[in-house]
Amino acid sequence: MNKQPQLKNAQGALGTQAPTGKEKIRVLARMGKYLLRYPKTVLLALFLMLTSNLLALAGPMLSGRAIDAIELGRGAVDFDTVWLYGSLLIAFYTISGLLSYLLSILMVRLSQKIIYTMRREVFEHLTSLPVGYFDTHATGDIISHISYDIDTVNASLSHDLLHVLASIVTVAGALGMMFSISPALVLVFAVTIPVSILFTRYKTKRIRPLFKTRSRKLGELNGYAEEMLSGAKTIRAYSREDVIVSRFDTRNNDAVEAYFQADWHGAIIGPSVNFINNFSIALVTLFGGILYMLSTTRTDLAPVFVLTLGGVSAFVQYSRKFSGPINELANIISELQSATAAAERVFRLIDEESETADTPDAVTLTDVQGEVDFSHVRFGYTESKTILHDLTLHAAPGTTVAIVGPTGAGKTTIINLLMRFYDVNSGSISVDGTEVRAATRRSLRSAFTMVLQDTWLFCGTIFDNITYGKENATMDEVIAAAKAAHIHHYIESLPNGYDTMLTDDGINISKGQRQLITIARAMLAGAPMLILDEATSNVDSRTEQQIGSAMKRLMQGRTSFVIAHRLSTIQNADVILVVKDGNVIESGNHEALMKKEGGFYKALYNSQFT
Amino acid sequence: MKLIFSYLKPLSRMIGFGLTIKVLATLFELTLPYILSHILDVVVPTHDIWHIVLWGGAMIVAALLAMIGNIVANQNAAKVAREASRRIRHDLFAATMHLTSRQTDQFTIPSLESRLTSDTYHVHHFIGMVQRMAVRVPILLIGGIAITLVLDWRLALVMIVTLPLIGGSVFLISRRGMPLYRQTQKAVDGMVRVVREDCQGVRVIKALSKEEYESRRYDAVNRKLVACERKAGITMALSQPLMTLFLNLGLVAVILTGAYLVNDGLSMPGRIIAFIQYFTLMSGAMSAMTRIFVMSTKSAASANRIAEVLAAKDTSRKTTDEGAVATDDAFIVFDDVCFSYNGKKDNLSHISFTLPKGGTLGVIGATGSGKTTLSTVLQGFYDIDSGSIRIGGKDIYAIDKKALHSMFGVVMQNDFIIADTVAENIRFGRDISDGAIRRAATLAQAADFIEGFADGYGHQLTAKGTNVSGGQRQRLLIARALAGDPEILILDDASSALDYKTDANLRRAIREGMASTTTVVIAQRVSSVKHADHILVLENGAVIGAGTHEQLLVDCAAYKEISDSQMGGAFLE
Repeated sequence: MNKQPQLKNAQGALGTQAPTGKEKIRVLARMGKYLLRYPKTVLLALFLMLTSNLLALAGPMLSGRAIDAIELGRGAVDFDTVWLYGSLLIAFYTISGLLSYLLSILMVRLSQKIIYTMRREVFEHLTSLPVGYFDTHATGDIISHISYDIDTVNASLSHDLLHVLASIVTVAGALGMMFSISPALVLVFAVTIPVSILFTRYKTKRIRPLFKTRSRKLGELNGYAEEMLSGAKTIRAYSREDVIVSRFDTRNNDAVEAYFQADWHGAIIGPSVNFINNFSIALVTLFGGILYMLSTTRTDLAPVFVLTLGGVSAFVQYSRKFSGPINELANIISELQSATAAAERVFRLIDEESETADTPDAVTLTDVQGEVDFSHVRFGYTESKTILHDLTLHAAPGTTVAIVGPTGAGKTTIINLLMRFYDVNSGSISVDGTEVRAATRRSLRSAFTMVLQDTWLFCGTIFDNITYGKENATMDEVIAAAKAAHIHHYIESLPNGYDTMLTDDGINISKGQRQLITIARAMLAGAPMLILDEATSNVDSRTEQQIGSAMKRLMQGRTSFVIAHRLSTIQNADVILVVKDGNVIESGNHEALMKKEGGFYKALYNSQFT
Repeated sequence: MKLIFSYLKPLSRMIGFGLTIKVLATLFELTLPYILSHILDVVVPTHDIWHIVLWGGAMIVAALLAMIGNIVANQNAAKVAREASRRIRHDLFAATMHLTSRQTDQFTIPSLESRLTSDTYHVHHFIGMVQRMAVRVPILLIGGIAITLVLDWRLALVMIVTLPLIGGSVFLISRRGMPLYRQTQKAVDGMVRVVREDCQGVRVIKALSKEEYESRRYDAVNRKLVACERKAGITMALSQPLMTLFLNLGLVAVILTGAYLVNDGLSMPGRIIAFIQYFTLMSGAMSAMTRIFVMSTKSAASANRIAEVLAAKDTSRKTTDEGAVATDDAFIVFDDVCFSYNGKKDNLSHISFTLPKGGTLGVIGATGSGKTTLSTVLQGFYDIDSGSIRIGGKDIYAIDKKALHSMFGVVMQNDFIIADTVAENIRFGRDISDGAIRRAATLAQAADFIEGFADGYGHQLTAKGTNVSGGQRQRLLIARALAGDPEILILDDASSALDYKTDANLRRAIREGMASTTTVVIAQRVSSVKHADHILVLENGAVIGAGTHEQLLVDCAAYKEISDSQMGGAFLE
């Protein structure tokens, strides 16, 4: 509604930069706090994770022992040992599986608890933010914080964190096991692991910008498609389909090319990492084979080199377990990075300053008569641009103040100040002699009824929408308000009457009818003062008449601040404020303004009749 | 799916090349465990170290070949995916641009949008993935089974029994999980809706101090969403542990069976080790298969949604009627025109009028009275149900669509500004000189403010024209309509944001500068139509008054009522 402040971040949530260094640690610590709210669950999860992983880690070792018992050969297999380790394996694996299932369930529950709390905290904070926040932040951004960003944070808290811990356990455990089987063979990894890490780091560093380009290009393409589809009719009317398609093609080519580039370079990683794994297995086989051979032929072999067949088997299995998490390291790090960036955005929102609290001795306005005074009010949305320089005006109870001026001239500023959506820079505004800042916001705001041009109805029944300003209203009251707003007959004509759901894709009610519903809402709320926007563009004249008469009825006996469009309203107003380029340039009633030679109001008024 | 294949067909050579390489690479990978068992069971007992080194070298070479093959094949797959999706997306966009208005209405714009964006993306992703994995997986499975059967058919049987268990259980779980994810998505939409509403209605909410009420409303959707997510999460939580358990139990079975076979001299311990490797490889393939399955159902849905649009045929009416001889007095003729969007209620009923060349028609009436509909059927966007519309004596359905559209300059209600320069917004992709653009801007009363920009006609506008005022936007759109020097100018609610003076200047400029242009002005303001040669007053799709301003003030009570209520209507907008 208010066009003055520019949108700060139209780029969307993904455009913001990731936090660095110290900040990252602070963000991580703050993320951790959410986990620590459930210390018992977290401890239990850690215990389950540890046990299930250690049990699973014993597997290859046990199977190696079994294979050693089999190795004895034809007719000599030691079945007692085989069955012993076989049953142990079954027991270990089953218990480990069970525990990891329990762990998954536990983590789902935990993460849902956290995500629920986070969303609630963010939303409740949102409702406490000043209106200015919503004027300067795109709705899409806010939505992405509360859905996408929180999801990312949560995924990382509940999944990545555990994954990292489990990986550490696996890597350390597998390494230990391999050492115990054959310290000499472990040397193989001294070659392959650094290669693998360096390679993936190098590659991901090169590929990440490609993926960024890819999403950017895709975003551009989608934006273009969206834009052109919304204007499809115009394009058709001018027969410009082919031109537009060829422009689309340019963007399409860019997008598929960017996708291809990322894919093409990305295609190297998987097979290469796979190769490094296979390479280490080949080396293990090669050297393991040699050691195994030496172990069977020589008796004077140093114990470091001794290796059984089961040892080779176990070693190969451990080496798979070992290199898995290390290869995923790069992925996990980048996931954690995007999670901290997302968390940072969420926390930034939570840290956004709320509306200043009411002063402790704030009075509750009751039984408001509707006397309003502006005294030397100075105000600007930003320090550099003052909009109201020195506005003084007096509105006696029940009078009408008409605010006129071209679109975008800053008419809504006065309303923003009256409702305390913003506070004045200097000077004061008072209602019934009470300075507005000394009153509670709730009582101040409830002294006003507001009907704006941007009709706001939410997804709910018509009845819910009308009673929004007055809970517990009876059906009779609602019908009376709807009748006064000339919308009762229309509502009755709908199949579900007052229970009709207003949804985006549901029943098609016109702009004028929406406006009438908001007038009915205002009628029902019945506050002693009124803020009204008369603008009813794109409404047909019949409906406009109905709206006009409904508004007139609404204004009766109320101190009214009207963004005026109707000549009758303007002429009959007690005070007319002429706003131009963000300044109140003239004020007074119609007669006074018409007497002003060379005045703006006078010139405009006369221009109508030339 | 058929759609995807039809686009892949022209690329079949490229695909064939990639797949062959992929098959080879996968086969090389499959030889690794085989060599492993060979070394342990056959080579080691020979006590020949060089022999071991040789076979170890063979393993490394096989791994290297597998890597190279996979890289080449994957890059080839990326190329195929690029070509296919480039074409799919082009065709889809071209199709959406050429849909008839009725078809666009049926698909709805948001739906077309998501088909163009997320559906084409899914298909692109899928084409790439299916080439990378869909070959690898069956080869791993079939090849793995074949090799293990050769290696030791008895042990292979153990594996063959276990694998379906792994695949089947993961498959069943995902099938149960998928509808749950759909429910979750719905719940997400519900939550997003509340947040969006509240961001937009923050003034109302604060004015009425409804913050707590909104928090409660949000809490309800949040709880619902969390419940959905939890249910889906818990359902899917079973799949990973279960898969691992089956795999591990299968391994134990191999070892136990192996023990007996070795004891009976039917197998060798090295083979057991190789089997453990194969088993790990193949169970990985099984779970990949499930992923492919999930993705392919998703992509099939996307592909179908794309195919629907591509299949939409131009069903608009065409006649060969050459019509009556054109006269300048009857340039545009509506003869008893009836039209309905949904075939139930007439949106235009029995409309007749005649407009001479260079004349001006004013159309006024309430929202929903059929004003805009009249202009859309005049432009041939919809087929009328009965009656006829003639331009220059010719039935409009006998005129080629392109030729028909090129006669018009149109400003529609809530018309659109593209994110481009001022000049390009006026030119709108047509072949129009800079001079003509300036002239149009001058006529449209836009030249002054355009020249006020530091970069003049090169000034960059944002999408939807959010960086200019409503009045400036409308003047740019009018300039666009005038720039093509059209035979017929349609202004649908085109000057509602202009102040009275500018509106009057605009009317004068059009009258004088475009004297031969026939004009249709649709408005809610009497002041915008009162100078027209002929005015139609519409109500519920029917004409309830026709004539000049002066005639209507006498004859048409509705018109007089509108006129009276708007005496000061244009003031100070």
